[in-house]
Amino acid sequence: MIRTDSPTAPAKPVEHLEAVTIRFCGDSGDGMQLAGTQFTNTSALFGNDVSTLPDFPAEIRAPAGTLPGVSGFQIRFSSSPIHTPGDKLDALVAMNPAGLKTNIMDLKAGGLLIVNEDEFNPTNLKKANYANNPLDDGSLKSFQLHKIKISTLNKEALADTGLNAKAVDRCKNFFALGLVYWLYGRPVEATLRWIEDKFSKTPDVAQANAKTLRMGYYYGETTESFVVQYVVPTAKIEPGTYRRITGNEATALGFVTAARLANKELFLGSYPITPASTILEELNRFKHYGVKTFQAEDEIAAVTSSIGAAYVGALSITTTSGPGVALKGEGMGLAVMMELPLIIVDVQRGGPSTGLPTKTEQADLLMALFGRHGESPMPVIAARSPSDCYYAAIEASRIAVKYMTPVMLLTDGYLANGSEPWRVPHYADLPGIEIQHPLEKNSVDGYMPYKRDKNLSRPWALPGTPGLEHRVGGLEKADVHGNVSYDPDNHQHMINTRAQKVANVAQDIPPTEILGDAEGDLLIIGWGGTYGSITTAVEQCRSKGFKVSAVHLRYLNPLPPDLGEILRRFDRVLVPELNRGQLRLLLRAMYLVDAEGLNKVKGKPFLVSEIVEKIESMVRQEVSV
Amino acid sequence: MSAPMNLPTLTAKDFASDQEVRWCPGCGDYSILAQVKKILPTLGIPKEKFLFVSGIGCSSRFPYYMNTYGMHSIHGRALAIATGAKVANPDLKVWVVTGDGDGLSIGGNHLLHAIRRNVEMVILLFDNRIYGLTKGQYSPTSVHGQKTKTSPLGVVDYPIHPLSVAIAAEATFVARTVDVDVKHLGEVLSAAARHQGTAFVQIYQNCVIFNDNAFEYASDKSIKSDNIVYLEHGKPLIFGKNSDKGIRMNGTHPEVVQLGNGVDASQLLVHDETLGDSSVAFMLSRMSHPEFPEPMGIFRQVVRPTFEGQMTDQLAKARKIWGEANMDLLIQGTETWTVN
Repeated sequence: MIRTDSPTAPAKPVEHLEAVTIRFCGDSGDGMQLAGTQFTNTSALFGNDVSTLPDFPAEIRAPAGTLPGVSGFQIRFSSSPIHTPGDKLDALVAMNPAGLKTNIMDLKAGGLLIVNEDEFNPTNLKKANYANNPLDDGSLKSFQLHKIKISTLNKEALADTGLNAKAVDRCKNFFALGLVYWLYGRPVEATLRWIEDKFSKTPDVAQANAKTLRMGYYYGETTESFVVQYVVPTAKIEPGTYRRITGNEATALGFVTAARLANKELFLGSYPITPASTILEELNRFKHYGVKTFQAEDEIAAVTSSIGAAYVGALSITTTSGPGVALKGEGMGLAVMMELPLIIVDVQRGGPSTGLPTKTEQADLLMALFGRHGESPMPVIAARSPSDCYYAAIEASRIAVKYMTPVMLLTDGYLANGSEPWRVPHYADLPGIEIQHPLEKNSVDGYMPYKRDKNLSRPWALPGTPGLEHRVGGLEKADVHGNVSYDPDNHQHMINTRAQKVANVAQDIPPTEILGDAEGDLLIIGWGGTYGSITTAVEQCRSKGFKVSAVHLRYLNPLPPDLGEILRRFDRVLVPELNRGQLRLLLRAMYLVDAEGLNKVKGKPFLVSEIVEKIESMVRQEVSV
Repeated sequence: MSAPMNLPTLTAKDFASDQEVRWCPGCGDYSILAQVKKILPTLGIPKEKFLFVSGIGCSSRFPYYMNTYGMHSIHGRALAIATGAKVANPDLKVWVVTGDGDGLSIGGNHLLHAIRRNVEMVILLFDNRIYGLTKGQYSPTSVHGQKTKTSPLGVVDYPIHPLSVAIAAEATFVARTVDVDVKHLGEVLSAAARHQGTAFVQIYQNCVIFNDNAFEYASDKSIKSDNIVYLEHGKPLIFGKNSDKGIRMNGTHPEVVQLGNGVDASQLLVHDETLGDSSVAFMLSRMSHPEFPEPMGIFRQVVRPTFEGQMTDQLAKARKIWGEANMDLLIQGTETWTVN
């Protein structure tokens, strides 16, 4: 039996903190993602606002102890609402020298550094390219260094469990987690419950993990190494029922919800690709909701099977990352031509080519907008936070079926794997998605598959409906009756019509929300996953008196109808992006605005401080001129 | 299968669309179109249940000429589109019309995977051993040494054997027929249409413009009986103008034998299209002109659960083991907390 009561309260002095950013790092076999996830869940249950940033290598198991094999998980937990996983670390847990080497530069001066001293042996130091042991050479003197023999302590704690040495060693992440739980005054119950559930088939492993978790906690309580315990009080959060959710989980749930709102079956055609695969995995868990998942033989089959499913009436999606979008290009053109609803999800990663597959980037925007042959406009929308992926997926679905068009939904690796607490909606409160499939001929001359409604959308007659037999295809077709047409004027007309139809989506875009004043010195415009960093930066600058406002775009095509007017109300415009200036290029072209860029392409999200510094430099420049 | 009482009796005409057929005069495609339109009404299935999907190429114009639901898609991808359609609505009767370029070159990968999954659909591979629509480049089935616009000194690629590929991909129905042999064509199409699983049919189809008479040996009435052997389930492989030749196994290899002089039908290979092991079907698919008569008919026809059927079963099973849909529970996930 696992005891579920909390260890006794500590007798050490307590220091209150507003927020803490901590990172667990170690070898990819050290269970750092697991420790980080458990810490996040516990902190969220405790009542903090949380935001996470997992960082794992592209290799599944790089050679143990090497620099490429380092896996990390960063969490910021706070007593006030937060939008990012934090810039600099308040605390770093390094399970081996390689982890220390690749992460120490992010730790604040004076920050808390916990290392697993056992792993700092000559072999591991060499693998991490350390000439001297950093624990002894004074190079870490600006940090609060805690050298703890985690492996040894874990081994001693589990000496009588009967598990073999390898199995025992595998438990050491829970010792470290227990120690950190004590350090920040977190209860251990939630993790104990999780262990019991997760290892229900191997009770000896469950008991070992539970035991070492407690031993880690007790170690913190009793060792003289730690003289204070830190407390981050609960945050004032909007009342409601919450869960923790990653972007890919939210994307998957959003589409299941959209299908139900539209009274449709969901069809997903997909080919595994990092960092999108977990959407395919998630949706496979929802077969009892009528979700049909098809793991295709390649990206092209993924998109084209989705087109087939869309033609016969499913809410149809395909999920991928940049290289997959490139392969799907011709298929997307077909969906544009046939005017079928389809959602293509691009979970952007570092490119080009295989690039940085596990890292984040925003460099697919122009491909999403223009990366197809011919004139093939497509609505493009972007999610801005992990939980926002849920609503973005529903919105993409609604646009697709209302306007009978493929829609691109952009998320990114940062959103996909990052997580945050999410106040869950009640399904009954979500607006329905209305779809009407014709059952009767829409003309005296028969069924006209390209006879349009006021939005310019064509009707969606489903195979199986008697009397509405019709053919669609990739060749240009005459408007209304849909027969193949090579007529020059018809082609011009159809090109214009398809473009206008996509432009009509603008009528559904709500007024753009502006963070801060509606006019001023500087407007920051962002899109997608940079929302958290930009918002935090702008709030910080505004609290210091800088006249800066921000707009974050969900709709990239068409752009919000009020955007041009908003741009004109500001002296300067700054566009921070994790690319070389793709939205900036678009804004300059669309609005003839002299937008400036803040661009970074390192596979990592913006630090808040990077945006703050840029804002302060720009606004100061304004003043000094 | 007889038509249900309440259905109007359909004729070939009901399946003809109002579009003018635009293949070259004399093209083998006309004959195939006619036979398809002829056998569909015999299946007792309402017209609106049929979906014809094609890729790109001469053959891929096919859906425009059928008054059913249809999609003329992009090069090579018809099978993937058809798979999505069939999975999303298993009630539909899906036919894919493709060619040697569309199905075996650009779409080769999809062919392997559609077949191995055993998605219920009829795949008609119009094989004319040439790229017709792009005007005469060699295809994956062009004969080694064949001179075409892109091989003025002869093709140095070795050709693919479509039926060998299909059998290697675990096809549950594999057949071959010829465009001009309308009776045989109709019989094969009819059997393919009734197969529960992927039915792969290679049709020797003559391109009058760019590869005329490529299949003369198998279609010319005056010579074909020596060059092809009809496969009939349960019957020995006998061919020849006078039905005096047969195929006999010599160890692990087939050989052509003259009947008479002590050789009789009892020694010949007897065709069994239902063999679970596909080795004999594969061997038959290797028999090529001029060394052997090329087999015509159904090589293999076996039963195996379909992809979409298994998926439907899994969805039902999921409801049983994971419970009925409840959207709020779904959205909440396994762990929630309440903030007051």
